[in-house]
Amino acid sequence: MPAQTAERPMPAPFSAYEFGEAYDEMFRSAGRPRPHYKNLYTQLLNLPAEELQRSKKEADLAFFNQGITFTVYGRAEGTEQIFPHDLLPRIITSSEWATIERGLTQRITALNLFLADVYHERRILKDRIIPGEIIYTCKHFRRQMNGVKVPRDVYVSVVGTDLIRLPDGRFVVLEDNLRVPSGVSYMLTSRKVMKQIFPALFRKCGVRPIEQYSQALFSTLRSLAPEGRSTIVLLTPGIYNSAYFEHAFLARQMGIELVEGRDLVVHDNKVYMRTTSGLQRVDVIYRRVDDDFVDPLAFRADSSLGVAGLFNAYRAGNVVLANALGTGVADDKAIYSYVPKIIRYYLGEDPIVDNVETFMMTDRAEREHVCGNLERYVVKAVGESGGYGMLIGPHSTREQRDEFREKIMADPRNYIAQPTLTLSAAPCFMNGRIEPRHVDLRPYVLFGEKVTIVPGGLTRVALRKGSLVVNSSQGGGSKDTWVLQN
Amino acid sequence: MLSRVADSLYWMSRYFERADHCARVLEANYNLMLNPSKLSAEERWHRIMASLGIPDTADGIDPQMAMIKLTSDPGDESSIVSCISACRENAGQVRGQISSEMWECLNRLYHHVTQPNSRPEMDAHPLRLVAAVREGSYQFQGVTAATMSHGEGWHFIQLGKYMERSCALPVLLDAYFSTAGQADDLDWVGLLASCTAFESYCKVYTADLKPDSIAEFLLLNPEFPYSVRYAAERIGAAIAAISERSLTRAAGRIERISGRLRASLSYAQISEIMTGGLHRYLVSVVEQCKSLHAAVHEVYVDYPIQSALEA
Repeated sequence: MPAQTAERPMPAPFSAYEFGEAYDEMFRSAGRPRPHYKNLYTQLLNLPAEELQRSKKEADLAFFNQGITFTVYGRAEGTEQIFPHDLLPRIITSSEWATIERGLTQRITALNLFLADVYHERRILKDRIIPGEIIYTCKHFRRQMNGVKVPRDVYVSVVGTDLIRLPDGRFVVLEDNLRVPSGVSYMLTSRKVMKQIFPALFRKCGVRPIEQYSQALFSTLRSLAPEGRSTIVLLTPGIYNSAYFEHAFLARQMGIELVEGRDLVVHDNKVYMRTTSGLQRVDVIYRRVDDDFVDPLAFRADSSLGVAGLFNAYRAGNVVLANALGTGVADDKAIYSYVPKIIRYYLGEDPIVDNVETFMMTDRAEREHVCGNLERYVVKAVGESGGYGMLIGPHSTREQRDEFREKIMADPRNYIAQPTLTLSAAPCFMNGRIEPRHVDLRPYVLFGEKVTIVPGGLTRVALRKGSLVVNSSQGGGSKDTWVLQN
Repeated sequence: MLSRVADSLYWMSRYFERADHCARVLEANYNLMLNPSKLSAEERWHRIMASLGIPDTADGIDPQMAMIKLTSDPGDESSIVSCISACRENAGQVRGQISSEMWECLNRLYHHVTQPNSRPEMDAHPLRLVAAVREGSYQFQGVTAATMSHGEGWHFIQLGKYMERSCALPVLLDAYFSTAGQADDLDWVGLLASCTAFESYCKVYTADLKPDSIAEFLLLNPEFPYSVRYAAERIGAAIAAISERSLTRAAGRIERISGRLRASLSYAQISEIMTGGLHRYLVSVVEQCKSLHAAVHEVYVDYPIQSALEA
């Protein structure tokens, strides 16, 4: 009898559900859902399979008709795909969320103090907490920002932090995205579609709302504006950018102009946009263009996405950029490994949400250990994002490993390694059956006058069975994330 | 409103109107061509091309092929599919400015006319496509009127639509009236149907199809949406609304050109126009529309920065 209470056979839509070493978001063990998933579980058992299939079709069509697509690089320009969306929500309890919220607030606070320090006094280097060469060799360190005062000392106002859940159930930070994080529009639109599909479930579960994100973002941006001036615009690289849908979406939600570089002109260190009524002064730019491209005079001269003279206007304090320039130095993957020390240094607290163990390839012993055991590690280029420039040891071929070993040896500063982590798995609706797939979680943190985190985030899913890569550019999808009231 | 946005809204609307116009003309003429007539099939195709303002070089046109080319050939920039794509591309540039309902409507039509599994060589395909575009156009206009604020952007959309119409209608009239000698009643029905004007015409003139009355109706009627005069009036209204909202001082020149065009259409009599030469009159209408277009572009979209700073 006791054996039966621990494991029960899985009923119909779950018959193909397998358990591995990953933490399972829904089940404690076969047939025994966690308490906060019980409502969903019951609903799934009672729904006929065709009904789920139909809902899936409806959801896909809604995404397609709304043009919720992203552009895949490396193919013909403008190749649009719908963002694959999974039907089943990922559910987080209120106490889990409370920890995440405190941890991320602590982290963004410390990282902002760190950035202000790096571009001004550099106490953290003088106190030898972080070696100076790691800062100065960082691809995203902007010496142009030295001594530049930014409003409220807020460098990073929008963060999308990637969290993963380890087999022991703890959430840890995998990456801080401090430059121009994207994906929040998928979070918002997916919630809208889910409400149409599972209204009863929403009523039963008590899901905390996320729809206030756009207002929160707007307030954050406005809190950075100079007294009495508040023309805010969103600067996009244009329609061929993979996140253009999101730029347009957010601009519309906030009621601000969506501008491209060619819409802006700088005159006398002030920024204007070209309107049908003539030139209009701009005060805050929520820029979704990378540092490198914002001003051809200050950064990359070949950029046609930016605005000539923007940096001088910024330095003169005549316009606010959010995020500030040069924030990439704090999400460099080598500097990431120092974040726990950064938190202790500035706040005198222990990190609430931990880091993933990280090996520095600049350290000889660590490098030799990793290079000898590449098949066990994930190697990442420090300045890349979006799943580009990485090696996943256990899924790699000998040639790929040899190639990475050479790359690491040639430029150790450019790489870090992490143990291969098993991301937690959540139930997904795959071709008529429910199967587990690996997921991560990207909550969005806003920092202006205060820190705001809408309860939820983008849960990204590795749609291929067994895959650990959740990036949309590499075959990942998303699902709605429900944070429960209690 | 951003200059680039105004420009994209204007072109979005022009391209949609262009696709819609092309669809109406093709539908009317394709029906017509199923009847025997004094004109050969080839002569009729030349007239269709001329009435759409498309330079027409090919001899020995195969009607079915030509129809496919004008509806579904993405390589031909005057085809309906190309116009819808260009319209959607412009709309995509300003997704923040149009309502999501408008975008969805346009997006659905775009996917409908470009779906890869449709087979243009099927006999009925071009007609289905044409019907879908006409339906889509009514829907888009309804959705636009109902879901978008009737502010500056909306007026740029109106301006684009009626600018395109007041350029296209004279070309269409010219093509029919230059072959008026050989035309029979069915041809005139075709012209009216190209502007969905048959029923409205009959209400004014009865079913008595006289070329002069038709010219009068399509040129000078103040109430019918597909008359040149009506379009010019709408242009005038849009221009006034835009200049009022944008407070641009340089708008005087635009209002002068548009006022002169409206005056000429309001006070002209069809008998005078016919005596002076319809062709000449139509050409001058198109010329005035072109200079109006250029003036709008210069004042609202592509103005020199220095002049804007002084203002």
